[in-house]
Amino acid sequence: MMDILQILLSESFWAASLRIATPLIFGVMGALLCEKSGVLNLGIEGIFAAGAMCGWMAVWLGAGLWGGVLIAALAGAFFGLIHGILTVPLGLSQHVSGLGVTLFATSLSYFTYRTALPNVSSPPRIEPFRALDIPLLSDIPFLGPVLFQQTAMTMLALLVVGLVWYVLNRTALGVALKAVGDNPDSVDAQGLSVYGLRIGAVMVGSALMALGGAFLTMSAFDAFFFGMVNGRGWICIALVIFASWKPGKALLGALLFGAFDALQVRLQTEVGAMVPGQVFLMAPYVLSIFALVVAARKAEYPRALLTPWFKGQR
Amino acid sequence: MIRIEPRTAPGRWMTLGVPVLSAVIALALAAIPLALAGADITVAYGEMVKGVFGSVFAFSEMLTRATPLMFTGLAAALAFRAKLWNIGAEGQLYLGAMAAVAIGAGAVDIPGIFLVPLIVILGAAAGAAGMAVPALLKTRFGADEVVTTLLLNFIILIFVQMMLEGALKDPMSLGWPQSAPVLDQGMLPQLMPRMRVHSGLILALVLAGIAQFMLARSVWGFRLRAVGENAAAARHAGIGVNRSLFGVAILSGGLAGLAGVSEVAGLKGYLTADLSPGFGYTGIVVAMLAGLSPVGVVISALFIASVFVGADSMSRAIGVSSYLADLVVSMSLLCVLIGGFVARYRITRTKTAEGVA
Repeated sequence: MMDILQILLSESFWAASLRIATPLIFGVMGALLCEKSGVLNLGIEGIFAAGAMCGWMAVWLGAGLWGGVLIAALAGAFFGLIHGILTVPLGLSQHVSGLGVTLFATSLSYFTYRTALPNVSSPPRIEPFRALDIPLLSDIPFLGPVLFQQTAMTMLALLVVGLVWYVLNRTALGVALKAVGDNPDSVDAQGLSVYGLRIGAVMVGSALMALGGAFLTMSAFDAFFFGMVNGRGWICIALVIFASWKPGKALLGALLFGAFDALQVRLQTEVGAMVPGQVFLMAPYVLSIFALVVAARKAEYPRALLTPWFKGQR
Repeated sequence: MIRIEPRTAPGRWMTLGVPVLSAVIALALAAIPLALAGADITVAYGEMVKGVFGSVFAFSEMLTRATPLMFTGLAAALAFRAKLWNIGAEGQLYLGAMAAVAIGAGAVDIPGIFLVPLIVILGAAAGAAGMAVPALLKTRFGADEVVTTLLLNFIILIFVQMMLEGALKDPMSLGWPQSAPVLDQGMLPQLMPRMRVHSGLILALVLAGIAQFMLARSVWGFRLRAVGENAAAARHAGIGVNRSLFGVAILSGGLAGLAGVSEVAGLKGYLTADLSPGFGYTGIVVAMLAGLSPVGVVISALFIASVFVGADSMSRAIGVSSYLADLVVSMSLLCVLIGGFVARYRITRTKTAEGVA
């Protein structure tokens, strides 16, 4: 028991929690944006893979780290555009289209990687983002190491949360975006484009999802592996429902998730002999299902989520 | 003026033509990645065709690959008909496979005439149980089954790895994580000498026939379609929506479980954690290409299996990554979705535009 307390009070534990949470923060914000506009984006798992592969490959080809981030975001927006066109003007099943985008993005990424690197036994590495060392801020006790000795992508993720919150709650665009997910007729009546808002939200949201993937290959690790996304996208979809589509709560959910994951890794080294390691590997998925079951009834779903809207058809 | 308006009912040639055309377009689109990979396109397609139709063995391999896809395709088709989004066939497949080795690898030593049905029934039951959980979470707590079934896939696969290092581990396997083999009399009979195609295929075909009949002709099938088309109206008409959903969940999970049984007791003989290269997820594409029709599932499973077996053979011959097959499969899903849209609408010219016919 003392050991757990010691872990929970350590800087390294909270720093690790935030690091583990970073891809989820990107993914959750991306999924939240899409769903706020009324479009469920199950392409997330594949878009993570595409972001991871494209970001890594761009850097490997010499684009520079921020070039890689940009390429990853563009790749995400591209798959978002596909999903957006299929589900918004064409009004096709958001479930099936999303799964189709996941399969397409994943297989395209894997095929491209294998084609570019046909016979590598160990995946080539890049020089990833390094932890920042911000003068003054990094020296604040506790907060410094936890918040300000992260990589630039973690900083970017936190910035994105603030930005998403600000846009949704303090701008006219945010009002329109929320309205298009609740009552698209009202948006149309004001002369705004329902299609434009929804496709735009899905593209930006998908770009954010891709950044979550890019974090994996450019910050958490330094190479691309098949299957490295490992369900993170699906966990994000569960977290958004858990957070009832609120950016602040979504950040909290991702952080709790990161903390839990960091804790289980540390516990595993302590009690590893008694419990099979797989029990710990299962935990994040079980936790996501649990969070979903607890929150599902209370969640305030965007009222037009999953409902296609067609111009001139009330 | 040109207008797009919905059709009342898509014509018969549309319901057949759209999937076929989608498959052809997806195959044709594969020429782009093939060209980018630097392959000679005619040679590549030639190798793919040879890989499926080049010999009796090649063709039997395609049938072998189609068998689990028929089961997972049926699992998705039935559930999707009721708008129950079971994306968990991958996990349910592994549950069925685990049940098959748990009972078939020496737990009971009874004659094959009893052991084979026991394995099949328990495997289906395990898969059904795997889908019963998310169905309950949906009907009791409103937890979205898409997310729960997806997450359960990961949980079950890790559980399989745990079992392969624990209770189901083959003591003779020298540390390699695999289960003990299914007893000889517990294996599904082979269909052709020296080929791997097995009677799981017959079981899949029979089940597809039964499902087609039940869906079209039975009260159960009527309820299922009613729930899928308009749950609120179905409830109003006195149909127990939750009961129907739970029933189809059990059937869907059971069919996915049979995919695992058939792979273990028909093909491999033992269980490893890489038993399925995503048959569960591919089953969704199979079902969509089939327009959610059980008989259609048989045909689209044959097509998708041809893509996989053909691409494998092409990959061995000219060295282009066999991920091409997954690419074609995903593109056929996107194409059939768009095709479904085209089939549901028609472009008409109204008289308001003068002078333009």
